[in-house]
Amino acid sequence: MTSFLKHLGGHAGRVVLALVFALPLVFMLVSSFKPDDQIFGDLGSWRAFLPVGALSLDNYTGVFERVPAARFLLNSVLISSITVVLGILVNSMAAFALSRMRWPGRKLVLTAVIATLIVPFETFALPLVWWVNQLPLLRVNGFHLEWTTGWMDTYQVQILPFVANAFSVFFFHQYFQSIPKEIDEAAIVDGAGWFTIYRRIVMPLSGPAVATVAILTFLPAWNSYLWPLMVVQSEELRPVMVGISYFFQLNVGWGQIMAYSSLITVPILALFVAFQRSFVNSIASTGVKG
Amino acid sequence: MVFRTRRLAVASVAVAAATALVAGCATGSGGSTSGASGDTLTLWTHNAGNSAELDVVKKIIKDFNASQSKYKVELQAFPQSNYNDSVVAAASARKLPCLLDVDGPNVPNWAWGGYLSPMDVSGSEVPLSDQLPSTVGRYRDKVYAFGFTDVSLTFFARTSVLKKYGIRIPTMAKPWTKDEFDSALAELKKSGKFEYPLEMGTGSLGEWYPYAYSPQLQSFGGDLIDRDGYKSASGTLDGKDAVEWATWLRSLVTKGYLAKKSGVDPNKDFLAGKSAIHWDGSWNAAKNAAKLGDDLAIIPPVDFLHGPRIGGASWQWAMSSTCSNKAGAQAWLKFSRQTKYFVDYARATGTIPATDAAAEQVDGYQPGGEFSVFTRFAREYAVVRPVTPAYPYISTEFQKAVQDILAGADPKDALGQAAKDIDNNLKTNNHYAG
Repeated sequence: MTSFLKHLGGHAGRVVLALVFALPLVFMLVSSFKPDDQIFGDLGSWRAFLPVGALSLDNYTGVFERVPAARFLLNSVLISSITVVLGILVNSMAAFALSRMRWPGRKLVLTAVIATLIVPFETFALPLVWWVNQLPLLRVNGFHLEWTTGWMDTYQVQILPFVANAFSVFFFHQYFQSIPKEIDEAAIVDGAGWFTIYRRIVMPLSGPAVATVAILTFLPAWNSYLWPLMVVQSEELRPVMVGISYFFQLNVGWGQIMAYSSLITVPILALFVAFQRSFVNSIASTGVKG
Repeated sequence: MVFRTRRLAVASVAVAAATALVAGCATGSGGSTSGASGDTLTLWTHNAGNSAELDVVKKIIKDFNASQSKYKVELQAFPQSNYNDSVVAAASARKLPCLLDVDGPNVPNWAWGGYLSPMDVSGSEVPLSDQLPSTVGRYRDKVYAFGFTDVSLTFFARTSVLKKYGIRIPTMAKPWTKDEFDSALAELKKSGKFEYPLEMGTGSLGEWYPYAYSPQLQSFGGDLIDRDGYKSASGTLDGKDAVEWATWLRSLVTKGYLAKKSGVDPNKDFLAGKSAIHWDGSWNAAKNAAKLGDDLAIIPPVDFLHGPRIGGASWQWAMSSTCSNKAGAQAWLKFSRQTKYFVDYARATGTIPATDAAAEQVDGYQPGGEFSVFTRFAREYAVVRPVTPAYPYISTEFQKAVQDILAGADPKDALGQAAKDIDNNLKTNNHYAG
């Protein structure tokens, strides 16, 4: 009986926790179908979480009239995906060199990489703007290619500064440490080079780490707000998070904000659900809590 | 052979991807370094998502482009919340557009920082002298910006509610005194109908705090800085009158008249009857009048001893100092200065037309109209925020101090710290000389 009660208590606790995390999402989704007046009217009761009242798709229609939402979504998918792919490649290679190869100073380099984690982005955002504005750019001008200077107002300025990531390097490093080094030695005896070991042995064994880094790289790329506002002027290059500030004008449309938030949350949820198992396994095995 | 072909294909894809990343993705105005490419000028506005106001900007641009064949203006709209960050970043990269809008109180800072260029709009249809003074952005006797409209602070209330509780409805000739206002709030609180009878948007952040609360501070006799030379805030921001204001503000919270942090949409709460008196902007007047009709009371600011006060200056148009085609930029600015655009702006935004000629064509703002009182507020009560490049810093410090005071900090300490920080900033920047 005591065991049963403990079991029941455990389940009840989990249900409460699940509700705490799920209800804001439910509120967002349900409110996205309600007119503004009803959203505020329902706030004081459980109706706020229920699909009741005058439900319609008007908010979603309004979103697409007010903001080029499809373009913003496409931009964010492109920016986030390329950042993730390049990030996995670059950071795993760096971590491989730090974890598997023996060379003088590697511990110092690893420490220096980890130390960069304590510097908040806001402190070097403006110097970074100046720096990316000095970089050479090959651009298409009619049927010609021409060299100019400055990456402002491009896709790559939203991608390349965020490819190299200290946390990803550290995370891969920790995961690679858990793979026995004897495998490397056996491969070297069989004539494999470092790149072959990286590509054919270590990376195939690091699926959970790759999934975790993918999620942890995708999230900030998807949520990027301040940086694109600083470096992107053309509306056609803006990502989704910038779009949400379009709604905070004199006439705030809360239903539209909920509709837009629902639209931009779906890809994140889909990604997490797809990689959930690997994500949990990886976090558990590395001992790194991001 | 198969492997070589595959490697070649992989290498080709990699090169193509790298090239696309560096080259193909460059679009928009990436190559412009001066806000203009020949006679094509770029214009930035903070109105993305605000279609009513944005449509007016688009109309002016369309009309201008059609009116002549030499210049062409292209629009780029930004969301308001971080527009200033976008401008500062662009300025540091020398990528400012030729034409841009700027919030009035920021004009001195942007002019001092070298973002803006003085303008000459003489000869345009509407002379600057016809405008409300608060709608012209001046710094060191030069004109850097002008606006088509201004806004006014006001109290909104329901006449029926005030009458029910025996509260006098004030006029410009006889505004509420501090004691009257306090008594009214006490009466409304006592009724039990309102958890917080007064709504002042304490949940809003950003420029709202100095815009909404510094006029009350000024009416008490204090100010954000000593305006005689703009050399120091000490003794002014933390002087006796200022501390008295802050103590009063804090007392509104402790007495339960005012929420420490209001809801996300204070005007919706007022219209829903949650608050009785709402310190707000004229931009909500039309909406409130439509909802409440004759029951809406538009009330002048309280005279806390030194006369009723409101803030002045809203968004204005300016020309960047790095613009490579200043003749084109000035042509657009002059073209825009037609009464019909002043009218369009005021209608679209529900704000005060900057000239009398425009006011005569805007419903409600004609002499004697239901909103014409806002024009009188703007003329008689408006105090522009300090005309100093230090203003953005002053604004931030004031926001922090007010937040702390509302949260329970000692008013004298909070204002003292703000004044000290502002003075340090002034000293560090050599009092923004040069």
